[in-house]
Amino acid sequence: MTETRVHFYQVGSFAVGNRLLSDADRTVQASRERTNSLDAGHRACQGCGEALGARYALDAAMRATGGRLVAVNATGCLEVFSTPFPETSWRIAWLHSLFGNAPAVATGVAAAMRAKGRDDVRVVGQAGDGGTVDIGFGALSGMFERHDDVLFICYDNEGYMNTGVQRSAATPPTARTATSEAVGADPGNVFGQGKDLPRIAMAHDIPYVATATVADLHDLERKVERAMTFRGARYLHVLVPCPLGWGAASADTVRLARLAAESGFFPVFEAEHGVVTGVRRIRRRVGVEEYLRPQRRFAHLFAGEGRPDLVARLQLIADANVERYGLAPEEE
Amino acid sequence: MDRPFAITLPVGSSRANHTGSWRVERPVYVDHLPPCNDACPAGENIQRWLYHAESGDYEAAWRILVEENPLPAIMGRVCFHPCESACNRVRVDEAVGINAVERFLGDTALARGWRLPDPGPDSGRRVLVVGAGPAGLSATYHLRRAGHAVTLVEGAARLGGMMRYGIPAYRLPRAVLDAEVERILEMGVEVVLGRSVKDIAAARDEFRADAVFLAVGAQLGRRVSIPAGDSAKMIDAVTFLHQVAEDDPPLLGRHVVVYGGGDTALDAARTARRLGATDATIVYRRNRAKMPAHAEEVEQALGEGVTVRWLSTIERFEGERLLIEKMALNAEGFPEPTGELEELDADALVLALGQDTDLSLLEGSEVHVADGVVPVAESMMTDVPGVFAGGDVAPSDRTATVAVGHGKRAAKGIDAFLGDRSFERPERHPLAAFERLNTWYYADAPRTQRPELERIRRQTNFEEVVGGLTEDNALFEARRCLSCGNCFECDNCFGVCPDNAVIKLGGGDRYEIDYDYCKGCGICVAECPCGAIEMVPERI
Amino acid sequence: MLQQLEGSRAVAETVARCRPEVVCAYPISPQTHIIEAIGAMVKDGRLAPCEFINVESEYAAMSVSIGASAAGARAYTATASQGLLFMIEAVYNAAGLGLPVVMTLANRAIGAPINIWNDHSDAMAVRDAGWIQLFAETNQEAADLHVQAFRLAETLSVPVMVCMDGFILTHAVEAVDLIDQAVVDSFLPPYEPRQVLDPDDPVSIGAMVGPEAFEEVRYLAHLRQLDALELIPSVAEEFAALTGRASGGLLHPYRLDDAETVIVAMGSVLGTIKDAVDARRATGERVGVLGVTTFRPFPVAAVADALAGARRVIVVEKAFSLGMGGVLATDVATASPASGPELATVVAGLGGRPITRRDVEGVLGRSAQGTLPRLSFLNLDEDVVARERARMAASRRSGPFAENVLRDLAAGGANR
Repeated sequence: MTETRVHFYQVGSFAVGNRLLSDADRTVQASRERTNSLDAGHRACQGCGEALGARYALDAAMRATGGRLVAVNATGCLEVFSTPFPETSWRIAWLHSLFGNAPAVATGVAAAMRAKGRDDVRVVGQAGDGGTVDIGFGALSGMFERHDDVLFICYDNEGYMNTGVQRSAATPPTARTATSEAVGADPGNVFGQGKDLPRIAMAHDIPYVATATVADLHDLERKVERAMTFRGARYLHVLVPCPLGWGAASADTVRLARLAAESGFFPVFEAEHGVVTGVRRIRRRVGVEEYLRPQRRFAHLFAGEGRPDLVARLQLIADANVERYGLAPEEE
Repeated sequence: MDRPFAITLPVGSSRANHTGSWRVERPVYVDHLPPCNDACPAGENIQRWLYHAESGDYEAAWRILVEENPLPAIMGRVCFHPCESACNRVRVDEAVGINAVERFLGDTALARGWRLPDPGPDSGRRVLVVGAGPAGLSATYHLRRAGHAVTLVEGAARLGGMMRYGIPAYRLPRAVLDAEVERILEMGVEVVLGRSVKDIAAARDEFRADAVFLAVGAQLGRRVSIPAGDSAKMIDAVTFLHQVAEDDPPLLGRHVVVYGGGDTALDAARTARRLGATDATIVYRRNRAKMPAHAEEVEQALGEGVTVRWLSTIERFEGERLLIEKMALNAEGFPEPTGELEELDADALVLALGQDTDLSLLEGSEVHVADGVVPVAESMMTDVPGVFAGGDVAPSDRTATVAVGHGKRAAKGIDAFLGDRSFERPERHPLAAFERLNTWYYADAPRTQRPELERIRRQTNFEEVVGGLTEDNALFEARRCLSCGNCFECDNCFGVCPDNAVIKLGGGDRYEIDYDYCKGCGICVAECPCGAIEMVPERI
Repeated sequence: MLQQLEGSRAVAETVARCRPEVVCAYPISPQTHIIEAIGAMVKDGRLAPCEFINVESEYAAMSVSIGASAAGARAYTATASQGLLFMIEAVYNAAGLGLPVVMTLANRAIGAPINIWNDHSDAMAVRDAGWIQLFAETNQEAADLHVQAFRLAETLSVPVMVCMDGFILTHAVEAVDLIDQAVVDSFLPPYEPRQVLDPDDPVSIGAMVGPEAFEEVRYLAHLRQLDALELIPSVAEEFAALTGRASGGLLHPYRLDDAETVIVAMGSVLGTIKDAVDARRATGERVGVLGVTTFRPFPVAAVADALAGARRVIVVEKAFSLGMGGVLATDVATASPASGPELATVVAGLGGRPITRRDVEGVLGRSAQGTLPRLSFLNLDEDVVARERARMAASRRSGPFAENVLRDLAAGGANR
């Protein structure tokens, strides 16, 4: 008589945990023993995707490193809402210096650890998209190029939210921000290439580059864990919806991240040594409109007669991503 | 430690900041009624027993199942599973194969010899149950659990009612029926076989019963007047199937026509095929969509070579020829005669046009009868105190599962009556509608098909047609359950809270919201796969 | 043992003996020779353990130093001029976080117009950043100050900037007595941080501080600077006891006894001024020099003491605040008693313009004659200025004045 193990679980591959899963198959977040690197009492807005993404990523990094972790934080929402004197929400060794220098500060920490023979201590640098793709870009590229032993994580909420929702180089075309108002013939942010930092990171030939969202925790944690198996510069780009900046319901944070990936508008993939090695294929493909509509920053695309021409251009971006990374759902 | 003032802070100090004060709505955990439970005529807590089956704890699952229904191996075969029609998973891919899992649990229980719970402490009261079909057996079981003595009186030679004499063995093997009936009798039941109760009041006195449950079923085949020659062989389906069940099948010949469109018609036609009819033809006055028989039964029958003449009525039956008239649907969708006639070869005509109840035992009693059935209150009590009725006797759908449900409810009604309490149905939670679910989290998993006996073998014997699931398949199927409206501890709420405001209690105790920190964002509600959390306005 | 060494080399050798654990390098003249030399020492293993990091900007250089220092490592870097300005945000940040980074500033002018030569504009631009700023008079002092700088920085948890004149010191080959490793080791214990990034004892460093505590934080930093005024002389004395060299300290007074006229200055120009003073003393003039070694914290009391007997004070400085005047002079004025000496500021040596003994003697002469204005610019070519002013008045599009001035000078006075 042959015995076959039943591999299928009712929510096994998608939910945070499940009583039926073995411990190894559960996420770090499913465990009561998780670090809670970012603890309760922080002052992030309701439904903050960045607070979620930071805890996800750092708790996973804490598990991967056995708690031997130091985090360096750029200025931004995450820093401001986590450490207003006299309270901090961090439960890990954490340093904030400036807005544009987190990659370099992280390099310094890593260098100090190496000089002191503390190879067991690993370093994570983290910033929002402004601190990563804009003001911190030079420092980040330098860190990549030198191959410093740092995992840098960008929590991308597609704008300068801490300062009141201004445009960054990661803001998608047509999105309304306080510096790209939804007025005139070309409302919202301009159409352009944006600054596709994951691909720029890949161009540095660093050992590991990945994107993820707060909607797929298993994928995100696996990528952090994978990143920690490499030494040298690594980059993780996590999409973290911002209810305030995106004009979305606080309950929709995870849903929007999911729609971003499922529409192809935000490609989820990983690359090693400059070569794409894996993509998270779309499971239930949706048009970009389904992703855009719940967000007030895109409301001008749908008000009145709407701007189907602009929506179509945004759809082309998603289609190009699907094509470039091979994101199309598997054939039935 | 001497740390620089203000610039450097001790970890975790933000827990002093109770962000719960920001909240205008609060999430609360709820239990909503899964549609399967809602639809189950026997009142099974399907979602709950699937929950245990999912983890492979089949005995726990079976024990929860038999809390409501003592006949899972039978129900796993004959129930037309309205639970599956109601199942929310239909809108994701296909319904969970609840019925198949139920059968797996029932069969596993029989194979492993699991026994029903012990009877309750002796109440000193006795109940007379008239009729040992699904309603009577179910009532007997629940009455015994409540500690009441039961005298079960059955007119036939053996127990089981329509489960034995109406449902063919290829759908319900007799060994399964016998085993589940026997398990109830093991609880201690006084059984009187071959005794037809003629006078309900007298029987109540005779057996010194404190209450009576009347569940004699609907055993009389309904007749219609069809002009027929003397040699025309006509039989009603109930009698036909009963005779087959008693190993005394009538000789129907090679060409058998069955008149009717219910499950009984199909049973009769399929049985006729197995007895050697070269063709078994069902004549039904409406079209397939309107046929009351269950679709999968129709499929199986057609697969076995049964043919159906849709939109046809029988005009005359003369000798070996049957004259049928074609019907057409009118604008309202009702069949109307067309005057067009057709002939069919027919050695025998089986009438499957419905069944009536033999209520002659109520003559002279004060039990009210209306339209051939006995009206009952919610407790299943008739208008005579202490006399209860259920199954086909009471007005409702006539299925074994409904009968099981009636038996349970009657037992509770009787228990309340004997205890001089008023009968109250337990409060029902609001329905766990599909819209409450977040189906993203459920893996794609089409249902497991139960193996079917090859057709050629089905045409010649009474072996069971539909097989059971293997354990792997049963486990798979159980795990397809969405757990609608009831937390199954997937940890989503615990994981997706940006404020670490969900406390995981673990070990089956689920979760708690930490309202000191919950800001009321609602992500836990949005991302709960099964809709077991909802937002309610905060009281200020 | 005295060696003939380039100033940069002397500094590099000395810094290496301070056993830095992380050194950041970004090239900018005139400091580049320092980090080149340290880089070579790390590369060949003479300096170990040490991480030498070629960063992509001065901003990164200071940022890497911040990270390294916060993680408990002794961190060092060097810069100049534009480089200092490019890192200025991080310069303030290192001080605000109380991280004892030591940095060499090879003083250089700030553009535009771009100019690689020496003056003190760069140091003045970060006067208020919260760093201790020490000015070296000679290459020997420049080297010695680095040893003291690490000691001061780590004792106080305050970063220290050692300022040395670009090219004049950094590129000059002089006899320097390099300090013995054993002496450094006895003088400079291993770094014991006041706060550190440690997974075993995690803290959050760099919190956001609002109005409720910000003033106290800043005032505490100010008090630490005042503490430094106490510590700097004692460290210098201890250093002198070990080496016999009077490097460092708050001030370098020279022939101040009975001096009626005192020139106040910082850095290498003090040598020239001393020569001029010696010459004037020879003619019987009662002149003296006050060298300011510690510019931040500014030793107000010590300066007041030193100038107590002076009737005239002339501040010769290589920087000024446009639209106002002297920077050092302003501090000297603050330190001088209300009924104090007559104060004149001479802005000199901007962008590397030489200051000669003759120039200084001329200043002293004008001062003695009472013709030295309160603010003057040494060797200013008034004709060039006048012609550019005239051009600007004549035409809206008169062109860039730096280039105009160069054209005037190249024409050899043909336009005059």
